[in-house]
Order: sequence, then structure tokens, then C-alpha cells
Amino acid sequence: MDLLHLTAIELGRKIKTREVSVTEAVKAVLEQAKEMEPEINSYVTLDEAGALMQAEAVQKRIDSGELTGPLAGVPAAVKDNMCIEGKLTTCSSKILSNFHPAFTAEAVKNLQKAGAVIVGKTNMDEFAMGSTTETSYYGPTKNPHNLMHVPGGSSGGSCAAVAAQECWYALGSDTGGSIRQPSSFCGVVGLKPTYGTVSRYGLIAYGSSLDQIGPVARDVSDCAAVLEAIASHDEKDSTSIQRKDYDFTSALARDVKGMKIGIPRDYMREGLNPEVADAVWKAARVLEEQGAVIEEFDLSLVKYAIPAYYVIASAEASSNLERFDGVKYGYRAADYEGLHNMYKKTRSEGFGAEVKRRIMLGSFVLSSGYYDAYYLKALCVKALIKQAFDRAFESYDLILGPAAPTTAPELGKSLQDPLKMYLGDIYTISVNLAGLPGMSVPIGRDRKGLPVGMQLIGNSFQEKTLIRAAYTYECATEKQFEVSADVRAGAGMAAGQAGDCGRACRQTGDPGDSAFQAKSEMPDVQAKSGREA
Amino acid sequence: MANQISDETMEYVGILAKLELSGEEKEAAKADMEKMLDYIDTLNELDTSAVEPMSHVFPVCNVFREDVVTNGDNKEQTLANAPLRKEDSFEVPKTIG
Repeated sequence: MDLLHLTAIELGRKIKTREVSVTEAVKAVLEQAKEMEPEINSYVTLDEAGALMQAEAVQKRIDSGELTGPLAGVPAAVKDNMCIEGKLTTCSSKILSNFHPAFTAEAVKNLQKAGAVIVGKTNMDEFAMGSTTETSYYGPTKNPHNLMHVPGGSSGGSCAAVAAQECWYALGSDTGGSIRQPSSFCGVVGLKPTYGTVSRYGLIAYGSSLDQIGPVARDVSDCAAVLEAIASHDEKDSTSIQRKDYDFTSALARDVKGMKIGIPRDYMREGLNPEVADAVWKAARVLEEQGAVIEEFDLSLVKYAIPAYYVIASAEASSNLERFDGVKYGYRAADYEGLHNMYKKTRSEGFGAEVKRRIMLGSFVLSSGYYDAYYLKALCVKALIKQAFDRAFESYDLILGPAAPTTAPELGKSLQDPLKMYLGDIYTISVNLAGLPGMSVPIGRDRKGLPVGMQLIGNSFQEKTLIRAAYTYECATEKQFEVSADVRAGAGMAAGQAGDCGRACRQTGDPGDSAFQAKSEMPDVQAKSGREA
Repeated sequence: MANQISDETMEYVGILAKLELSGEEKEAAKADMEKMLDYIDTLNELDTSAVEPMSHVFPVCNVFREDVVTNGDNKEQTLANAPLRKEDSFEVPKTIG
């Protein structure tokens, strides 16, 4: 039986009826991950032994009747900025290359309570700072739909792992679009909940007032089920909110009749790739045919979200990352003279370029003399952006737009010009500033076959409206865009482009260049896929 | 208006950030920061004189709870992460003469 094609809920059902054992599911996904990882690099740590041990323990809890939920026994992955007791947790940084937390993040604990088997920790932009997963100390993750492209970021490893069937679902974190943008680039469903819905306890902080953990899944039903499992009120997170509703799966209904959906004109103008715009309009028409009322409106202030975000997020990051000083955990420089020199050397050697850039900017905007002009100004703009959304939600139940202005860029093309990379988050960032829930749903492919996603934005605590609209869209389009990546075919394309070069490298036996090595293996992989077909 | 950051300011920010940048890195960081600040200055197009700075999107105040210990003694696990350890302490370079 091909387990990998099942959704998490379908697999959970088969585990429940004893058609499949938890160990079988774990072995299937480990085998897939081992085959895919040389190409994709979704994981910083693949915990084979730990996963098999968890599988046995979870199976016992299922057999004894203790675990009855829809996700019991289903293998999952967790972004490497969430602590798991005793497991390497790196934030994809050199400075945490040897950190083994003494406790487990609340969201992960909630997953474990629901019977999840955590197979590994996924790759990300270092400390979640980036939009491509290329700032990872452990090498970039590739987009499973086309290995020459990035998966997006910062939760690129989580989204790529789900798209490449290296796990059934994953947790990501979203500070300025880090779940929604890579979900869009990888053709998976990702949701950033309302701020305060999922505990941040054990999530290594980047921008504390913006960070939220959320699910990355293969379809809307899985996404709702995972959100239902991880959301909770937690005393250990002072910004955690006691909600009235945690039954997110109850919103899985095909019904948008009368739902008022607004499309911001300012999102659909210049700067938006025409293929993405086209897909978004088509998705809107689908929802209209299902009974929703679609209107265009002016959201306003869109261009101010990114500068406000970079002031606030960098300021919070400079404070949050102060703790990495080589004293209590992580990397410490080898040579230093005295305490302060040890701090400086440790941090300068341990952090990558993008992290240092944001710490410098954050320290500057918080320094006396600049605090009012930059930091307080950005907090005022944040208030204005929140008001603009409040006004929009007086007229609309939901806002619909693109998740990103383009599809996934090519590897190696984004980091030279940080400001340009930052602009790619224009549609997602304001949602974090306003604390709103946002969701990315696959709605098409561009000419290169790269996925396109739409973003649904809801008012605070209106995740159910997002889920209902997304589920209706998914039913109406028969999940045609929620297709896992055919990595073997995609990799073949990359090999075709590099063609002779790949073979030449193999002949000369150059194992040093992993990119060429990967390509040189393509003909065998293709042959294997041919046999399966 | 193009922002210009002096070498002294960069030095000062380096102290606040606890980062030691090489000469080349420093120049790049300065150029990056000037470019970012130019971009951030677009916020000045907005009149915010009548707006309160918003640090939290929801009207939540301080959250208090009883100070009851719920976790166990994680001393060994915690110290196991120490880059340098001396018995039950984190070891750091000498700080006072």
C-alpha cells in the first residue's frame, strides 16, 4: 500500500483501524526522507532511532485506547526553532549547533499528547530571518517542485518536507509570512493563527510580538486538525489567549454562501506577477461561483508595512538574541581575552550575515536618540495598519489576495539584495503586525510548474472563516492544486539542464560538489521511478 | 534624504549589539543600514502625531500567576549545554581583577 499519498487524517484512520501500524508509517516516511534528503535538504536532523522508539510507544497508547484522535500515530516534522527535550535544536545557526534543550515547546507537547511521532527537525532561515531558507548554516533547502528554486522561508524545510512527502504534516513559525509564503511556493496549505492562539513557550524567539506557530499540511482538513491539536491557553506564555473556540475542524464545511470577501486593489497592482494575479482572480471566481460575494476595496497603507515591520522585528530580535553569548549554551569562540571579548567573538563567529544585519539595525533603532524617531514611529504605524484592517473587516468576512508577488525564485538570486528580498513579504507582513490569522492555499501553477498560492486573511479569532473558505475552494476544485511534488521528475529536469556536466562530474569522480553529485545520480533515480510507473 | 551613519555611530551600535565586525563587514553593514534607514524613512510620510504607539494588538495587561514550582530539577540537563563548566557552575572568563 502506498501510504505516502494519504493525507494525515486518512493515515490516522488506517492506523486506528489497525490497517497500518505506526511503525509501518514511520518506516515509510523515513525511507522517503532518506531518498529525498540528498536532493531537498528539508531536515537539519532526521531522528530515525527516536522516531522508531516513539512509534512503539504511540502504538501502545493507541492499542490501550488512550489515544483516539485523528492524528494519533501520524509522523510529523517540527521546525528547528522549537525546543524538544534532549533533541538537537539549532535554529539553523552555528551558534546553537550543539544545543539540546532541557524542555519541550508547548505546541510540540500538544502534538505529542495527540499521538504525533516527531521524525525530525526541519531546516529554516537562520533564526527565521530570511525568505528563502538560504541563510541556514546547514545549507539551503531546495523546492521539491523544481530543485533549481528555493522553497521560500523561513519555514522552507517544513513546507518542502510536506511537499516531498517526507512527513505528513509539519509545524512552522510565522513572524512576517514564514509559514504562508513557503507554503505558497511549495504548494501546501499553511496557516498562521491569530496572535496568542498557539503558545510560544519553547519557540526560540525572533520578534516576540509577531511570532506565531502554525500548521503546514497537505490539505485543509489536515491543517484544521493540526491547528486544533496545537492551539491551547498556556500560563507559561503571558501573551497566550484563552479562546472560546478550539474546534477548528468543525469549520470544514462546503459553504461560503453570502460570505463577503474583499480583494485589496492595492495588492493586485504593480509588482504582482501576472501569472499569480491571474490565478488569484480565478480562485476568487471559484469562491464566487460557490456563493461568496466578491468585491474590490482599498486597504491602504500597504507600502508602510515592510518598513514598520523591519524596525519592530529587528528591535525585538536584537533584544531576544542578546542571550546567545557563549555562557549557558551553544557555541563559544575558541580564542578570546576577557568576558566582553568572549561575547563579541562568540556572537560574531556564531551568527550569519543576515542575523547580524538585523541585530545591528535593531540595536540602532532602540538606541537613545533614535528610539522615538524609529521604534515608536513604527509602533504608531502598526496601530494605523491595525485600524485599516479593522475598517476592512467592518465590510468583509475575509480578505483574499496573493501570498507572495511571484512564485519561488531561483536559488542564489535573493540574498545579494536584502531590501528586494524583504519586498517579497509585502502581502504577508501586515497580517503579523495586526495579529490576524492568515492562510495560504494552493491555487495553481506557473509556466515552469511552480505552485501559486492565495492568501486568506481573517479578522482576529476568525480562523474558522478561513478554514471554511479554503475547504470550499478545495472541494470545488477537487484538490487539483494540492499535489505533492514529483521530485523524481523535477530532479530529472534539473539533470536535463545540467546534462553533460553532471555526467562528466561523475566520470571524473568528484564527490566534493554535492550539487553536481546529486545531479549525476539522476539517471538512476529516473530509472527507478520508471519501474514504479 | 539619504541617511549617513558615522563611524562612531557604527562603533557604538557594535558595542550595543555585542558584535565585532571586520573592516570589510563594517563597511557593508554601514551601507546596508543606510539603505534600510532611507527605506524606513518612508514612514515619515504618515502623520502619526495623534496616534498612540501600539506594542500589543490585544488589550492584555500583565498576566499574573502564583509562583508555584512545576518543573523538576533540570540542573544536570541545563549544565550539560554549558560551553565550559566548573562543577555546578557555568565557567566564564575572569571579570574582576
